[in-house]
Amino acid sequence: MDGAIETYSGWGRAHFATGPVAHPRTVREVDPGKPAFGNRRSYGDAPLNHGRAATDMTALDRIVAFDPVSGLLTVEAGATLGDLLRIYAPRGWKPAVVPGTGFATVGGAIGMDVHGKNYRDGAFGDHVTAITLLTPAGEREITPNSGAIWKATVGGLGQTGVITRATLQLAPCPGTAMLVTERRARDWKEHLEMLGSDAPYIVGWIDATATGAALGRGIVEEGQIVRGITPKAKAARTIPIDAPHMALNPAVVQAFNAAYYARVPKAGRSSVRTLETFFFPLDKIHDWNRLYGKRGFHQFQCVVPLDQADVLKQMLEKIAAAGVASPLAVLKRLGPGNGNFMSFPMEGWTLAVDMPNRPQVKPLARELERMTFEAGGRIYLAKDALAKGSSIRAMYPHHADWLDEVTKADPDGLYATDMVRRLELRS
Amino acid sequence: MSAETWIIVGATSGMAIPFTRLLAGRGAALVLAGRRMEDLSAMATDLTERGAVSATPVMFDARDPGTFDAILAAAKAAEGTLNAAVFVGSMPEQSAIDADPALVDGTIADSLTGPARLLTLLAPQFEDRGTGTIIGIGSVAGDRGRIGNYVYGAAKAGFATYLSGLRNRLGRSGVHVLTVKPGPVRTPMTQGMKMPFMAEADATAEDILKAADRKKNVLYTKRIWWPIMSVIRAIPEPIFKKMSV
Ligand SMILES: Cc1cc2nc3c(=O)[nH]c(=O)nc-3n(C[C@H](O)[C@H](O)[C@H](O)COP(=O)(O)OP(=O)(O)OC[C@H]3O[C@@H](n4cnc5c(N)ncnc54)[C@H](O)[C@@H]3O)c2cc1C
Ligand SMILES: NC(=O)c1ccc[n+]([C@@H]2O[C@H](COP(=O)([O-])OP(=O)(O)OC[C@H]3O[C@@H](n4cnc5c(N)ncnc54)[C@H](OP(=O)(O)O)[C@@H]3O)[C@@H](O)[C@H]2O)c1
Repeated sequence: MDGAIETYSGWGRAHFATGPVAHPRTVREVDPGKPAFGNRRSYGDAPLNHGRAATDMTALDRIVAFDPVSGLLTVEAGATLGDLLRIYAPRGWKPAVVPGTGFATVGGAIGMDVHGKNYRDGAFGDHVTAITLLTPAGEREITPNSGAIWKATVGGLGQTGVITRATLQLAPCPGTAMLVTERRARDWKEHLEMLGSDAPYIVGWIDATATGAALGRGIVEEGQIVRGITPKAKAARTIPIDAPHMALNPAVVQAFNAAYYARVPKAGRSSVRTLETFFFPLDKIHDWNRLYGKRGFHQFQCVVPLDQADVLKQMLEKIAAAGVASPLAVLKRLGPGNGNFMSFPMEGWTLAVDMPNRPQVKPLARELERMTFEAGGRIYLAKDALAKGSSIRAMYPHHADWLDEVTKADPDGLYATDMVRRLELRS
Repeated sequence: MSAETWIIVGATSGMAIPFTRLLAGRGAALVLAGRRMEDLSAMATDLTERGAVSATPVMFDARDPGTFDAILAAAKAAEGTLNAAVFVGSMPEQSAIDADPALVDGTIADSLTGPARLLTLLAPQFEDRGTGTIIGIGSVAGDRGRIGNYVYGAAKAGFATYLSGLRNRLGRSGVHVLTVKPGPVRTPMTQGMKMPFMAEADATAEDILKAADRKKNVLYTKRIWWPIMSVIRAIPEPIFKKMSV
């Protein structure tokens, strides 16, 4: 029977929820009275509803319509961005913005207004032209012209209703391969400079264990989509069990990071990869989150204004000093925000660091949270499991507008999730 | 024109959906047979976007042989190599069957008599073409009658025996028959059930297509079920009758 009790978690596996989960296969089967989630690639408690019911949208993943002239694509909310990239790239189109995992669904990408490695193109929501929202009052289609309800839905954590369908404006995709140039950034200053390049896709991998003069060192990857032979895709691998606590101990991580850095020659190098390997580098290793063992892990991600980059450097110092072994950390540019009430992207630098779920991480996270706030930045809710509600509400200047609209759309609080309750976003 | 046409019987099945997507990805023509027409037409649009040369919904009810003609006609019109994959089946709780023995008939019709009658009608077309593959989905449940679901198991055992005979017959004209015996797979049929070695439907579909391409006769998927079922089949009846596995 559908709707049985399940225990499930976000990607970080540090928080779990237990409750009845429905798996509708058609829109008719969707119960509009409970929160929805996608592939739970959010790290923390955003897609969890402990002790209550939730809807898993992933079986609703059909393509509904595509116009090859305009590139307008209508899909059900559970369709994954990885699938859409695989299907449409050979036909000359791609989702305009994709996050670092192809398992993210369209519903989840809207709920978090995700960003990609192409900050000049804005966030995912900037390329959505229509959303179908289902609530107990019925189905309605909203568009960017719908005003507050649109701004409360895009990046809105699923609080305005169940997203059943969306129409995306795909972006032209000139080829099916990515020409990738990797270069070493020797330190912090060089790293930021290199991230300012005008490559269409750009991301920096930081060795978060490096200290002193080497702090900020890493590899900057620039990508450009090219036509030509498609490189061969590698087969997927699976991490079958929870790794022992040892697997990611500080010494191992340090060695791994050093090797990751050294593998790119001093002069840099170029290679051709599949689009998927470039956009979703870890997806081929299924369940890699299990490398962190039974206790799971957290990811801290914040964005600070461009002129506050030094704060991120101080954060890296604190993280290295705390000895919480974090493998690669990611540094990216973000473009100007889009005005959606709870959307994360704003003009600045964003830093994302994984940390195993250990006792010393909590106080560290508090410290990083304070530094983010004081720098005028914000924490990304797709990653968060530790922040305080008061700081989050203060970091998102349009929280009150969002709350107004969400209260109108969902007066009975049907869509509240564990995250919404923990951060008191709706009270 | 496509090099292969596949008739998918029970196309809305949780296992069939990823299977049809694999076929779409290699440009097959698809005939989608099932009883939920609205969902089949949504599926057809999706599969065409995913690369199928064509995808045609056809009404099919395993319990109503009157619906089989449409499938026979679609087979006749098929371009390229004709193939068929039968996913239809139903698994009511054994306790529900015990309470209402009339459910035996439907269970057998969905997993055995319906599919067997349809395949028997299709067989001459395959013989005439002298090529192609027929896939039938049985189950590890058919390998031994167990207290938990022996009516479903009986239907699947019968279907496996039918497929073995069909293979024997059609092999003579160059047509291949693959019997698939899945262990538990996460699909609507097993929704909410806790079972050992649960497989994902995507992986099962990949296994099935690979086995069909390699012209395997019998596929246990996941592979672990082959040794497990070998052991279970070997347990002497005096012992087995006291076990609950
Ligand atoms: C390896 C990895 C790399 C990542 N890289 C990036 C990155 O580069 N950039 C970035 O922005 N993010 C990144 N993320 C985060 C990820 O993109 C987001 O968490 C995204 O929301 C995940 O999509 P999902 O379908 O799994 O959504 P879920 O995590 O299941 O849900 C996310 C939110 O959306 C809501 N929701 C989901 N579906 C629906 C629906 N149908 N209707 C209503 N509400 C819904 C949920 O309630 C929840 O609040 C990464 C995550 C991982 C694991
Ligand atoms: N899941 C497992 O663990 C498992 C294990 C071993 C074997 N199997 C077998 O695998 C096959 C696929 O099952 P599944 O797991 O994918 O389950 P499923 O999603 O429940 O699929 C069953 C399919 O059979 C169809 N069906 C049932 N009775 C029908 C009838 N009278 N006429 C027409 N269609 C009918 C259903 O159609 P509707 O959509 O219209 O209901 C559905 O498409 C079945 O033969 C099943 O017995 C499954």
